[in-house]
Amino acid sequence: MNKRVVITGLGVVAPNGVGLTEFTHAIKNGISGIKHDPELERLQFSCQIAGKPEISNEMALRYFSELELRNFNSSGILYGVIAGMDAWKDAGLALEKRDEPDWDSGTIFGTGTSGIDKFRESIYKIDAFETRKLGSTAVAQTMNSGVSAFLGGKLGLGNQVTTNSSACTTGTESILMAYERIKSGQAKRMLAGSTSDSGPYIWGGFDAMKVCSFKHNTTPESGSRPMSSTASGFVPGSGAGALVLEDLETALARGAQIYAEVLGGNVNSGGQRGLGTMTAPNPVAVQNCIANAVANAAIQASEIDIINGHLTATSKDSLEIENWSKALDRSGVDFPYINSLKSMVGHCLSGAGSIESVATILQLHHGFIFPNSNCEDLNPDITAIIDKSRIPQQLLYRKIKVAAKASFGFGDVNGCVIFKKF
Amino acid sequence: MNKEETIQELKAIVKPYIQNEEAFENLTEDTDFINDLKINSANLVDVILDIEEKYDIVIDNEAMEKMSNVKAALTIIETQLASK
Repeated sequence: MNKRVVITGLGVVAPNGVGLTEFTHAIKNGISGIKHDPELERLQFSCQIAGKPEISNEMALRYFSELELRNFNSSGILYGVIAGMDAWKDAGLALEKRDEPDWDSGTIFGTGTSGIDKFRESIYKIDAFETRKLGSTAVAQTMNSGVSAFLGGKLGLGNQVTTNSSACTTGTESILMAYERIKSGQAKRMLAGSTSDSGPYIWGGFDAMKVCSFKHNTTPESGSRPMSSTASGFVPGSGAGALVLEDLETALARGAQIYAEVLGGNVNSGGQRGLGTMTAPNPVAVQNCIANAVANAAIQASEIDIINGHLTATSKDSLEIENWSKALDRSGVDFPYINSLKSMVGHCLSGAGSIESVATILQLHHGFIFPNSNCEDLNPDITAIIDKSRIPQQLLYRKIKVAAKASFGFGDVNGCVIFKKF
Repeated sequence: MNKEETIQELKAIVKPYIQNEEAFENLTEDTDFINDLKINSANLVDVILDIEEKYDIVIDNEAMEKMSNVKAALTIIETQLASK
């Protein structure tokens, strides 16, 4: 028999707030984490603004030993471990060391790259005939599964410990993979999450593609403009989000707090056919993904109260709205509330789906809808489909029950997950 | 090279890597890096890099293989310093 799966812990390292308290305050109040980035300016990037979580060395030492931080240069692992351990603690689970691995608990913690700064450092050394000076941690910091490996060790996980990677869909996909594993009875508890490195070496490729905004270098906080008629490309971001998913019976038995239930979801791909390419989504696939997620969750589309969109602040935002509208067969004032966290944190790439899912669950749990920033001039192609009241620009308090979260990524891959307040 | 002084310097170098405090406090020439100090074997290369940096010497692969305890480390450091 299939197990019901609930969320019992959350952790977040976002550009506008590290930790649940700070992050909840930030998203309620529309606080931006986008800043001018002197390093991007020095390197003559088109886009010189970015969203980067701030982690002091003192804070890092609460999660890593001094030895682990020697020659450590992997921002993605830093963010992921902090978010993951915070989620574990938030779920009321032990952090102290036991001798026996926890056979029932595992992690699926995704990322796009790992330790890209460490990788650069290593390449310079290798090219200077100094391979022997790489030290013992270059591999652990630069292997894609570095983040799940670090977390597995710190938490003593004895179930599946792996890293998934599907571009900007990564975080949403990790939740669904963890969900499937618990639902099928193969694990009782999974830490699902994703992270993204910071800095020029991860963001440069996007800058070169001219998909990032270059019009707000002196006005960083208004640079990320999802759903706006003056949206001019995404603002690069980074960070990590983490969710403890747990078998309902196990969660109830240990008296854990329950934020929400994962009702189901769907991942698919547009196959880079039709209008789909490496970088553009096939709308048929997006609509199928959303419709299949609703069916998989065994709800009616009319039950969805709120959508947390992918909505990156490019010209594709109106296409996304059209896809949601068609897939749910809802439009105008009948459309669910919709918001995009990217107006405050930018596009956190492989970390996006997890950070945004944490924001989605906080809204369900506390009964609020965070405001959309920077869309005072809504794109008319969007308001032609849905009523502008569905795109709140002020904080709303509402009893919301069902939320849909979707992410779409390069490679024409999609993920949509349905959460319900428990 | 003053042996006692070098042992103290070595102690400072291995300190971040050790996992057995007692063996570390009672460190002698016969102390083994892995068996006594419980240094993670992967970290031995870091210890060697730190020694190289401290004394501005190069420890080759053959010497590295022999460097399992304090005594061997002292000999290698002495040899390398003498050939400088």
